Amino acid sequence: MRIIKFLLQKEFLQIFRNKAMLPIIFVIPIVQLLVLSFAATYELKEARFALIDRDQSIASRELVSKLQATGYFTLQSEFTSGEEAQIQLDKGKVSFIVVIPRDFQQSLSSNNPTNIQLVIDAVDGSVANLINSYVNSIVRDFSIDKSASISLISPQNLQQASIKKISTQAINWYNPNLDYITYMVPGILVILVSMIGLFLSGMNIVREREIGTIEQLNVTPITKFQFMVGKLVPFWVIGMFDLLLGLTLARFGFQIPFLGSLTTILIIAGIYLVLIQALGLFISTITDTQQQAMFIAWFIMVVFILMGGLFTPIESMPMWAQKVTLANPIAYFIKIMRMVLLKGAGWKEVYGMVLIISAMAGGLLAISVNRYKKTSG
Amino acid sequence: MNSFRGFVIKEFKQIYRDTRTLVVLFGMPVLMLLIFGFAIRNEVNNAKIGVLDLAKDEVSSAIIQKIAASKAFQLNAYLTSYDEVESIFREGEIKEIIVFEKDFARNLSRSGSASIQLITDATDPNLANIVQTYTNAIIADYVQELNSNSIPDVGIKVHSKMMNNEELASVNLFVPGLIAVILMLVSALMTSISITKEKEMGNMEILLVSPLKPHHIIIGKVLPYLLLSVVNVVTILVLAKYIFQVPFLGSYVLFFAESILFIVTALSLGVFISSVANNQQTAMMVSLVVLLLPTILLSGFIFPIESMPLPLQVISNIIPAKWFLVIVRGIMLKGSGILIIWKETAILIGITLIFITFSLKKFKVRLQ
Repeated sequence: MRIIKFLLQKEFLQIFRNKAMLPIIFVIPIVQLLVLSFAATYELKEARFALIDRDQSIASRELVSKLQATGYFTLQSEFTSGEEAQIQLDKGKVSFIVVIPRDFQQSLSSNNPTNIQLVIDAVDGSVANLINSYVNSIVRDFSIDKSASISLISPQNLQQASIKKISTQAINWYNPNLDYITYMVPGILVILVSMIGLFLSGMNIVREREIGTIEQLNVTPITKFQFMVGKLVPFWVIGMFDLLLGLTLARFGFQIPFLGSLTTILIIAGIYLVLIQALGLFISTITDTQQQAMFIAWFIMVVFILMGGLFTPIESMPMWAQKVTLANPIAYFIKIMRMVLLKGAGWKEVYGMVLIISAMAGGLLAISVNRYKKTSG
Repeated sequence: MNSFRGFVIKEFKQIYRDTRTLVVLFGMPVLMLLIFGFAIRNEVNNAKIGVLDLAKDEVSSAIIQKIAASKAFQLNAYLTSYDEVESIFREGEIKEIIVFEKDFARNLSRSGSASIQLITDATDPNLANIVQTYTNAIIADYVQELNSNSIPDVGIKVHSKMMNNEELASVNLFVPGLIAVILMLVSALMTSISITKEKEMGNMEILLVSPLKPHHIIIGKVLPYLLLSVVNVVTILVLAKYIFQVPFLGSYVLFFAESILFIVTALSLGVFISSVANNQQTAMMVSLVVLLLPTILLSGFIFPIESMPLPLQVISNIIPAKWFLVIVRGIMLKGSGILIIWKETAILIGITLIFITFSLKKFKVRLQ
């Protein structure tokens, strides 16, 4: 026990002595949480469009002002020729072009079908989709408005009675305003804590090896177990501390509802951090230099982040990729965090995932402790 | 010049004899592109949904059948009462529950209107939104079929033309982003670590007392990574073109010129980080916080920049990857020439020059 105490003392001293690392460990994650949580949104805020109005009628103006009234779209400029508008689109000055045909108003009032052309810059497919569906729904409303006012006097209102309508009513649970921040903050927090845990622990032992101090440790009577504990505990403590800091910020800064129990989160986080440290340790045992270790850790991290369901829902992946995410610890912890914090899930709902994480942690820890040899060469 | 050549050769040897890193270095872009090209999508696939059918009539079952047949959904749960909704959502698998009111078909035939409730688990607002849109579209389809003989063909139709990316393939969008992330990883991270390594191991002193000039040392350090990065760009491009059929409309020469520019930006960033950091751990953590997440989140790689709050849109301007993304998307998907993207190019050059100046200033010839 005394040996472990001294080892821990040494590790903590080493961490806190490095002045450049302190802000990285404690300040930057918080800044990132603050900044990046706002970045992660798919909501369409504002898109500029170019207009080619060949009709120049009351109806066409009405439609354009309808488009602008939503607050999503701003008219950037009006053109008479398609080529000029196209150049604006290519330059990225506008996101889409609306083309209103010459006989727009006339067709409307005479109850003939008419077309609007929409040319969308679809380089960013998801934005293009959003624009398309927003414009479509605005035009649909406009069209219904118009035809309703016309059909009052037309023979078609006789038919109206037989038209069937099914209305849908959307109810969004847990997050009625479809607020992204609530959803993102727990996820980004998980990523930050994981990165700190993985990189610090992954680099640690390999550093001793690269500098050569590992030999000094090897010739001491310290056992493998004591050595590992000494290496793992400090980063575990730092990880938990960061998590607590982040949770406080989430609760009081972002006003994220904490529906579930905080104790549950902390216990699971404890297990999860052991898993991440074990992964770091494992990387440490298979590499010779810090550069190698870092590179592999980065690679794993990028894959974990992009396949963790944080930014793109796991549901949108093909089946095989959804299966792959079953091996991704970050995916589990993000899911647990969201379930417990946002939906108030308890042990009953999450114990399956906790078991998996625990098993992964145990297995990986066993493998890496086993791989670490007190002999060199 | 001779000593410089020797130094460069040494650097190359040092990197190329480390097979493990090399495998990762060359294998990683391939693997990443394969994973993300296939896995990152914005459309929904097999989202699990449930149904609470209080009507149990022919219309409701016809709609349920239509929804279950869709590729986007997987019907996993049949509820019998509202009370089950909460516990099902808590388990977390089911994303949407479709509720048919009592007497659904009767309401439809008598009063001509009936209503369906779509209850979504909106903890993920994006998914909730997509799932609702899909369901609505299926229901609208059904209604149209129902009315096909009574509705006259009036009203305004919208013809949408998706420019530059007709199938809205996500992979087209992600490839440029991936190039940026990988180049940042290889160029900036690896250089910063390899220079600080010399410092940490004490070799820097030896290098400094050698006849090599400081800029020789830096150039010698970054040259191998420049080469590696170019190879990576070529690999990604070939894969993107032949496996994912990502269109490439613009000029290859321009593309490579811009890529090399971005690599140089990343390298100068790496050199800059290494001049600030004293050991590899610090260098790595700094690269991590200033490079990884901002490159993924603030560059427009995944989340559209226009959607961000204004302060973040301003911040995104200092992220080199943002400009590179605009450039590469322009070249690949729109076939833009230098006349259209000269502004972004100029900004990227500006950022690079700033980093180079800073790092040359900060690079100390003396150790203490």
